[in-house]
Amino acid sequence: MTILDDNALGTSAATGSALTPSPSAVASPGTPAAPAPLSIAGALNAALRDALADDPSVVVFGEDVGPLGGVFRVTDALHATFGESRVWDSPLAESGIVGTAIGMAMYGLRPVIEMQFDAFSYPAFEQITSHLAKMRNRTRGRVSLPVVIRIPYAGGIGGVEHHSDSSEAYWTHTPGLTVVTPSNPADAYSMLREAIASDDPVIFLEPKSRYWSKDAVALPVRTAPMTRAQVLREGTDVTLIAYGPTVKTALEAATLGEAEGLSVEVVDLRSLSPFDDETVGASVRKTGRAAVIHEAAQFGGYGAEVAARVTERQFFHLQAPILRIAGFDVPFPSPQLEEHHLPTAERVLAALDTWEW
Amino acid sequence: MALASLVALLHDDIMNDDVAARAEPVRPTQKPIRLIDEKGVPVEGAERAGFVLPEPEMLLDLYRGMVLARRFDVQVTALTRQGRLATYPSAFGQEACEIGAVRSLGEQDWLFPTYRDSIALLTRGVPPEQILSSFRGDWHMGFDPYEHRISPQATPLATQALHAVGLATAAKLKGDDVVALTLLGDGATSEGDAHEAFNFASVWQAPVVFVVQNNGYAISVPFAKQSHARTLADRAIGYGMPGYFVDGNDVAAMHAVTSAAVQNARSGGGPTLIEGLTYRIESHTNSDDPTRYRSKDEVAHWKTLDPVARLETYLRASGALGDELRQEIADAAEELAGATRDAMNTNPVLDPLELFDHVYAAERPALREQRAFLERELAATVSTASVSSGSVSTASVSAEPGSTS
Ligand SMILES: Cc1ncc(C[n+]2csc(CCOP(=O)(O)OP(=O)(O)O)c2C)c(N)n1
Repeated sequence: MTILDDNALGTSAATGSALTPSPSAVASPGTPAAPAPLSIAGALNAALRDALADDPSVVVFGEDVGPLGGVFRVTDALHATFGESRVWDSPLAESGIVGTAIGMAMYGLRPVIEMQFDAFSYPAFEQITSHLAKMRNRTRGRVSLPVVIRIPYAGGIGGVEHHSDSSEAYWTHTPGLTVVTPSNPADAYSMLREAIASDDPVIFLEPKSRYWSKDAVALPVRTAPMTRAQVLREGTDVTLIAYGPTVKTALEAATLGEAEGLSVEVVDLRSLSPFDDETVGASVRKTGRAAVIHEAAQFGGYGAEVAARVTERQFFHLQAPILRIAGFDVPFPSPQLEEHHLPTAERVLAALDTWEW
Repeated sequence: MALASLVALLHDDIMNDDVAARAEPVRPTQKPIRLIDEKGVPVEGAERAGFVLPEPEMLLDLYRGMVLARRFDVQVTALTRQGRLATYPSAFGQEACEIGAVRSLGEQDWLFPTYRDSIALLTRGVPPEQILSSFRGDWHMGFDPYEHRISPQATPLATQALHAVGLATAAKLKGDDVVALTLLGDGATSEGDAHEAFNFASVWQAPVVFVVQNNGYAISVPFAKQSHARTLADRAIGYGMPGYFVDGNDVAAMHAVTSAAVQNARSGGGPTLIEGLTYRIESHTNSDDPTRYRSKDEVAHWKTLDPVARLETYLRASGALGDELRQEIADAAEELAGATRDAMNTNPVLDPLELFDHVYAAERPALREQRAFLERELAATVSTASVSSGSVSTASVSAEPGSTS
C-alpha cells in the first residue's frame, strides 16, 4: 500500500488498530493497569501523556502533532488534554523545530519534538549535529539540553520517496547524542519515559512498520534501562544482533532456524549509542558467531560499527567473520520494490549458510 | 497574550477575513532612520521616524561603551597578528550597532550573538579572557551562559536566531519578563534558519528582537550579490512584524530603535526586525585579504562615517563631553587593553582529560575507556620528557596558543 503523509491515518485504520488513549491515562499513578493489548504507537502516546502529566516542563510540538495527533496518531488527544501551551502545531520547518527546542531547553523546558518522517529530519541536520549535540560540550557542561527528537523511521509501510529512510548512522556518528530505538510496546513506553527524563539530547527512532504491533502490557511499565541491550531469545549457535524494525525479522529467522536445527540467540540492541558491549559481547562469547541486521544501506552503515567493535573485543571467541544483512547500497526503493531491499528472515538464514559451519 | 488565544485569534482573522484586528506591519522608511548625522549634527524631520535622542547620560554611556569596545577590538587584532590568538573577527566600525543594541537590554534579557559580536559580550560585562578563550583555542567558549544570559557565539550562520526564538518562547510560556535579542549578519539572512526564525517568532509572537548588521559583505560577497531586496528590513512585512531600517553608524538611532523594539516585545507586541546599515572596516578575520574584493576609496569613504567620532563630535558640541571626561574614558580603554594583553600573554593551562567531561550528562563506558587511554598516553609522554630533559614540562599538556596559525 502506498501512502502519503496526510493519509497515514488510512494505514492505521486499514490495519485495524485505532490508537485509543492508553489505560494509563485513567489509571492513577503507580497503580499498574491490568495487561491489555497495546500497540507501540499507543505505548508512545501513553508515555507522552504520562510525561506531560508528571512534569510541567515537558512540552510537545512539531508538524501536525496538535489536534490531528500526528500523522501516525502518536500524539493523539494530547492537545485536547494539555492545551495549546503544552502541545502545539509549529510552523512547517524542521530546522526551526529543533532550533527553537534548543532555546526552550536552555530556558528549562523539556521539549519532545517530532520529525514527521525520517528523511524530513535532514533540514534539521545542522541544528541537531552542530548545536543540539554539542551545546553541553561547548559550554563546558554548563548548558544541558534535555530534548527528545522522535523520528518515525525505516520502511515496510509502502511509503513513497523520503518516507522510509533509516538515518541512524548519521546520528550515532555524532558525539553528544544518545540514539535509541524500541522494538516492542513495553520498551516503547519505558524508553520514551526514560528519554524524556534524560538530561542528554535523545534521538528516539520509532520503527514505523511496527507501530501497530501489539503486546499485552500493563502500564505504566518499566523495562531495562534504555542504554542496555536485551537478549530476547536464547540460543547457542549464533547471535543475531538487531534493533528497531529488524528485531521482528531476527526473531522470525530464529524460529525458521530452529526448524532447521539451528539454535539462534537474538539480541535487541535498543540503544545504538551508547553501544552495550557487555551484553553483546557475552552473547557472542557464548555462540562464537554473530550477524547484524539493519534496513539501512550497508556501506558505512551502523552494522559496520557493530562488526568492528565486536571483532575487536571478541576476536578470539569468534569462529567466523561477523556478517551484515542490510539494505542494498541504493536509495530506499519505491514501494513496489521495497520488498527486495528489506532484509528478510530467509535472507538472514541464507547469509548464515555462507559460513563454513 | 497566551499562545493559545493568539493562535485562536489568528485563525479567526483568516476565517472572518478580518485582518484589521492584526496590527499593520510598520513599513521601513525609505531612508535609514538617523538621529545624529555623520558630522555629529542632530537630525530633524522625517529621517527620525518619530524616534527621539536618548538622554545625555545614556549617550555618554554609549560613547564610553564604543570607545572601550574599539580599543579592545584594536588590541585583540594586534594580538592576533602576534600569534596570540588563532583568529579574531573584528567589529571595528560596527560599534554603534553592537553597543546600541546591547544597551537596550535589561539584566534579565538574553543575547544570542555570532562570532563577530565579541564587543557586544564585552559591553554586557563578560571578562576579556572569557570572551577570547574560543578564539585563542582553549575551549569552544569561556563564559557561563547563565551568569551573563548570553548564549555561545554561534559560528554556523543564523542558527542562533532560532535558539533566541525558542528561549523567548519558553520564557513567555512560563510568564517571565524576558526578551531575547539576536545579532545576525547580512549574509546570514540568506540562510534558511533566518527565515525560519523570523517566521516562528512572528507566528508565536515571541519576545525577540532581530538585529541585522548589514556591514556590506559576507566575507567577500557584497550585499548586492546576497539579496535583491532594497533593504533587509523590508522583509519584516512578509513575516507580519515591524521592520526598521536604521543608520547603523548612528548609535543614538540604533539604541532608540532597538529599545523601542525591546519594549514592544516586553509588553507582548512580538518580534521586530531591525537592519543597521554599517561597514566592516577591518578584514573578515585575520586570514582574509579584503583588497581582493573592495577598493581603498570605499573603505576611506566609510571611515568618514565613523560611529565613534560622530558621537564624540555631538557630545562635545552639546557640552556633555569635556576634555577631562574624554581623557578618563580613554584611560579606562587603555586599562582594558592592558588587562586584555596581560590575559592573552598568559598561557592557558589546559587539562586534556577534560575532553571527555562534558560530552554527556550520563556516564559513558566508551568515553571512560578513551579517557583512561589518554591518561596512560599522557603519563608516558611526561615520563619520557622527564627522562630526556630531566624536568617535567607542562608544555606537553598545554596548548601553545597561535602555534598553528
Ligand atoms: C552555515 C555556514 N556557512 C558558511 C559559513 C562560513 N562563513 C563564516 S562567516 C561567513 C560570512 C557571513 O557574513 P555575514 O552574515 O554578513 O556576517 P559578517 O561576517 O559580515 O559579520 C561565512 C560564509 C558559516 N560560518 N556557516
